[in-house]
Amino acid sequence: MFKIISSKMLCENISQIVFEAPRIAKSCEPGQFVIVRSDETAERIPLTISDYDREKKTITITTQIVGQSSMKIASFKEGDAFADVTGPLGQPSEFVNEDIEEVRKRNYLFVGGGLGTAPVYPQIKWCREHGVNFDVVIGTKSKDTLIMEKEFEAVAGEHYFLTTDDGSYKHKGVVTTVMDELIAEGRHYDVCVAIGPMIMMKFAAQTALAAGIHTIVSMNPIMVDGTGMCGACRLMVGGEVKFACVDGPEFDAAKVDFDGAMKRMALYKTEEGRAYLKAKEGDTHKGPYHREA
Amino acid sequence: MELDMMKKVPVREQDPLVRAKNFEEVCLGYNEEEARSESMRCLNCKNPKCVEGCPVSIDIPGFIAKVKEGDFKEAAAIIAESSALPAVCGRVCPQESQCEGKCIRGIKGESVSIGKLERFVADWARENGVKPEVHAEKKDKKVAVIGSGPSGLTCAGDLAKMGYDVTIFEALHKAGGVLVYGIPEFRLPKDKVVEPEVENVRALGVKIETDVVIGKAVTIDSLFDEEGFDAVYIASGAGLPRFMNIPGEQALGVYSANEFLTRNNLMKAFREDYDTPIARGKKVVVVGGGNVAMDAARTALRLGAEVHVVYRRSEKELPARAEEVHHAKEEGIIFDLLQNPVEILENEDGWVRGIRIIKMELGEPDESGRRSPVEIPGSEYEIECDTVIMSLGTSPNPLISSTTKGLETNRKKCIVANEEDGATSRKGVFAGGDAVSGAATVILAMGAGRAAARGIDRYLS
Ligand SMILES: Cc1cc2nc3c(=O)[nH]c(=O)nc-3n(C[C@H](O)[C@H](O)[C@H](O)COP(=O)(O)OP(=O)(O)OC[C@H]3O[C@@H](n4cnc5c(N)ncnc54)[C@H](O)[C@@H]3O)c2cc1C
Ligand code: FES
Repeated sequence: MFKIISSKMLCENISQIVFEAPRIAKSCEPGQFVIVRSDETAERIPLTISDYDREKKTITITTQIVGQSSMKIASFKEGDAFADVTGPLGQPSEFVNEDIEEVRKRNYLFVGGGLGTAPVYPQIKWCREHGVNFDVVIGTKSKDTLIMEKEFEAVAGEHYFLTTDDGSYKHKGVVTTVMDELIAEGRHYDVCVAIGPMIMMKFAAQTALAAGIHTIVSMNPIMVDGTGMCGACRLMVGGEVKFACVDGPEFDAAKVDFDGAMKRMALYKTEEGRAYLKAKEGDTHKGPYHREA
Repeated sequence: MELDMMKKVPVREQDPLVRAKNFEEVCLGYNEEEARSESMRCLNCKNPKCVEGCPVSIDIPGFIAKVKEGDFKEAAAIIAESSALPAVCGRVCPQESQCEGKCIRGIKGESVSIGKLERFVADWARENGVKPEVHAEKKDKKVAVIGSGPSGLTCAGDLAKMGYDVTIFEALHKAGGVLVYGIPEFRLPKDKVVEPEVENVRALGVKIETDVVIGKAVTIDSLFDEEGFDAVYIASGAGLPRFMNIPGEQALGVYSANEFLTRNNLMKAFREDYDTPIARGKKVVVVGGGNVAMDAARTALRLGAEVHVVYRRSEKELPARAEEVHHAKEEGIIFDLLQNPVEILENEDGWVRGIRIIKMELGEPDESGRRSPVEIPGSEYEIECDTVIMSLGTSPNPLISSTTKGLETNRKKCIVANEEDGATSRKGVFAGGDAVSGAATVILAMGAGRAAARGIDRYLS
């Protein structure tokens, strides 16, 4: 089970793995994720499904190397196997279960940043297959950190807008500059789906919401079981406690408490945050928690 | 050994100060000599009350008589007729309110130490390689069991013994339910005790497929329609943690007991060679007074913290077993009783820095007879701490009920099922254990599994 078909580096620190997972490949939908335990002593790590093939019974995951666990995953080669993969977990993207005729009346704007590019892919692929109109904006630091360009071109063609923070490739600027331009051009969007680092999602959501667009973001808090059993993934949405693993991971951006979530996440994900945690947790025998999207 | 017939043969335990720093088992159990001495205290009653007190009706005087004779193998066989998990039950059952609570010896002196004897027999059987035997004719019917906790394991084992083709589907990567993710190593060793009992169920021919979440990858409908199962038993437990909904509960350093215990038990965070981290607090406040709270507190203690248990009623009302409270106190856990948190305090970085507590007094008894606590105005004060563990109880996960049409649930999200055969509102679907009762005990979950196995057999015959 969970035998690896292919494993490659997409850029310096992002790896993509295709592996057998018959039950998951059969039933997963865009927006859902899996929990991977690479070997007996590894953590359970949530990873968004970035592609699936129902016939070949495989799914694809994409992971950024930020620590021990993602390093372990990235070091897997063709022919190896994960100890455990559970899924599909979480709710599919909203459009998957809506009346397709209604969905086809809308124009979607997908926004992906950095590693968040990968989970956008199954969503645009689904839209393409179901005849749903969309544009997709992908932002990354520079040309070197860009991933999945060919795949996006193939699916989105002229609806694919690429921007780099440093201007080393295509458009220069962050995703919101492109969003502003597209909106200023008079393009109309009904729904925006933004996936990426918290700070990017916060600003993308601000831009989209200001333009009156219904906006969805994909939250990625720490998780353990992924089935609603531990509450590690809880966050405030619309003043209520939600569990990202069962109620999400996608939520209405207008209701998400970004600053609260960011505070939680910054501590786990950034260098400073980890150093802080280390000091705080004192004799914790392992590094601080981290979560890789 | 001089035997005082009024008193239990004492059981050896690790010294409290030593065990407070390790995850080794607290209770060391009887050896052969101690077990045989204790067995002499059994009166072998004609009308044994202890059996009535046992939810799975183990022939208690029967197996104790074999211990007396020194025929431990036969003693194990007698227990195995009624229980698939004796080494577990001997350790975690609340015997004081079940078998031992009814023991005639207990009227004048101390009851027979039935739990410790059960544990001795089960451990002896495992150490001496005694395996359960199957000799049922294979039946051409498939049963799916959802969840591999004590209820699912018992139902699956019983059905396999009757000859059914049984598959257990488990959401987590390891079989055992609360036995592996909830109850700590120092009360219930995983590799030594739980794993071999799960193996025994496998040895009966039960297949266990881990990493499958029913309601996600697979639904109950697809089990019937696509995978050809003839009946389903839902034993998915009550794993959904409750929070208090007080300010500050989102702060870093606030955990549900489930998360804290899962990190440590299932993911083995306490061991250097496992990757999963756990915050070893310096000062930990555990909110709640049940068995789960005791387990969380004693785990935090072993990770090196000073631990306070904050509970809103008095010692008498503590829902935890007396033995657990006693052990916790011996180890140095501090009990702040008749107190209740009103707010968790955060520092500027979002980390827990303390907890604001209000003192309580007991008011009039409520319908259940328990005196409900009322706040004492103006009595608020703060405890400084860096970790808060919420242990306020759990409820059944709605994942299955919300994806299964026609499955009736009650106000508490529990699945509605008949007590005597586990039948639910859906044909061919049976349910039991914590998923039906709400959080209860290992042995009640096992009893429900047995009843459902009989119900399923009747349904399929
Ligand atoms: C910390 C703690 C300490 C306890 N201590 C004691 C004690 O000392 N003595 C005692 O008698 N009782 C104790 N209990 C209670 C006891 O453990 C439970 O009552 C008992 O385990 C319930 O058994 P079960 O089989 O119904 O459910 P569980 O043991 O909860 O097992 C349910 C299983 O189903 C799986 N599952 C859930 N949903 C799905 C799904 N959708 N698809 C597939 N699988 C799923 C879960 O992952 C889990 O493995 C304790 C509980 C806890 C949490
Ligand atoms: S990850 Fe445990 S409840 Fe969501």
